[in-house]
Amino acid sequence: MPDIQSLYSEKVMDHFRNPRNVGEIENPDGTGHVGNPICGDIMELYIKVNGNTITDAKFKTFGCGAAIATSSMVTEMIIGKTIDEALEISNKTVAEALGGLPAAKMHCSVLAEDALRSAIDDYHSKQKKGKSKAKAKKK
Amino acid sequence: MKRIYLDYAATTPTHRDVVKAMLPYFSDSFGNPSSIYSYGQESKGAVEKAREQVANLISAHDEEIVFTSGGTEADNFAIKGVAYANPERNHIIISSIEHHAVIETCKFLEKRGFEITYLPVDKDGLVDPDDVRKTITDKTCLISIMHANNEIGTIQPIKKLATIAREAGVYFHTDAVQAAGQIPINVDDVGVDLLSMSAHKLYGPKGVGALYIRKGTRLVPFMHGGSQENDRRGSTENVPGIVGFGKATAIALEAMTGEIERQTRLRDHLITSILEQIDGVRLNGHPTKRLPNNVNVSIDYVEGESMLLNLDLENICASTGSACSSSSLEASHVLLALGLGHEQAHSSLRFTVGKWTTEEDINRVLEVLPKIVARLRAMSPLLKSHK
Repeated sequence: MPDIQSLYSEKVMDHFRNPRNVGEIENPDGTGHVGNPICGDIMELYIKVNGNTITDAKFKTFGCGAAIATSSMVTEMIIGKTIDEALEISNKTVAEALGGLPAAKMHCSVLAEDALRSAIDDYHSKQKKGKSKAKAKKK
Repeated sequence: MKRIYLDYAATTPTHRDVVKAMLPYFSDSFGNPSSIYSYGQESKGAVEKAREQVANLISAHDEEIVFTSGGTEADNFAIKGVAYANPERNHIIISSIEHHAVIETCKFLEKRGFEITYLPVDKDGLVDPDDVRKTITDKTCLISIMHANNEIGTIQPIKKLATIAREAGVYFHTDAVQAAGQIPINVDDVGVDLLSMSAHKLYGPKGVGALYIRKGTRLVPFMHGGSQENDRRGSTENVPGIVGFGKATAIALEAMTGEIERQTRLRDHLITSILEQIDGVRLNGHPTKRLPNNVNVSIDYVEGESMLLNLDLENICASTGSACSSSSLEASHVLLALGLGHEQAHSSLRFTVGKWTTEEDINRVLEVLPKIVARLRAMSPLLKSHK
């Protein structure tokens, strides 16, 4: 079908129509909350980590078709990956996995990368706090 | 699935009778109106008949109509034409919600030494006539304020504004691209000096428009070349386009009263029902001083392009002021000028009804829109943070 849909790849439209992993995780191990200053998109990413592996991920996004599709794709890509493996994911790899994005929409994929890094940062800082709490208990 | 077109403010389908009127002027009566033999004179006659039809729409004299390539050219012509014809004055007043064709033309002049005043609007999009009065100086050469806004449909008090300009001895231009053909316009009654129109917004073809220039108005020609259009715009006339424009204005004039009533009913039905069925909705633009065909709402917590995409999947064509749908990545300057926050501007949706919109079309929107909004709100991080 022509129209807006020809703007996006089939994969983008698939993730837009049926976004994977929408929602929130209760007591997440890491949360990323980012906004894109360029176009006003907002994304929240929640991750659950077991050992060093991301076992679950969920998102909530206010944004255009590309923003929703990249959010959905990034959750799909990180589940089952270790933290280090997840950190290798960039906005470009997300866009590639979606079969490409229109040039004007590439900035939307940055949102997903930023949310991922922010969630992992949050996970790391929680880990540190956890450890220092554990230490404090021992004393 | 039937495609439902609700973006008549973007463009309209060319009326079949208009196409029919145009057809002879491609391959049969193809002559150049400047040629003296019969082919040329046939074309010339057709152009002059169209000029009369277009003049009729706004109660102007035929010779006050200059055909252009569209609304954007008409706006450029009016503004640059007055600016360069009156070198002793270098101040122009416009509203902050003008179409880009006016704003960008003024920015161009601003870089070349002109001083531009961008007047604010109130929450409904209305310009305050007192602001206009206070801003005029002895350097002001032109005031340009649009008749009706293309995004929010707000209709300005043009007669009041033009009267202020006239009393101060300043030219008044109005971009009537959205208003012409939709609501009655009488240039003598409202007292404007210049008025822009476009054919493709009123069921005519794309690529043709007109500038009304009141007799005696000083402005330089826009296109230098031949002596067409009374030496005001060189270039061989777009004969089929002009004929189509003329026919379209004749049809618009005839249908106007009935269409205003019918479209207003559809518009109000859509507005009232959206406000009833979906919470967190704001109507953008004036509730009553608005074009009969315009519905513009901001739907909290949901981004505009994602709504457009979902509507498109349901075969409904609409529009948004969200940055995400524009290549500039900037939210609508019109919505921001109303005082809306960036999130509300991103959450806007515009439906513009037209000649072929039916009650069933509106009901179809009302059937799918609440579901789309609910689905998108379920994934919106904004909703939670407002709880």
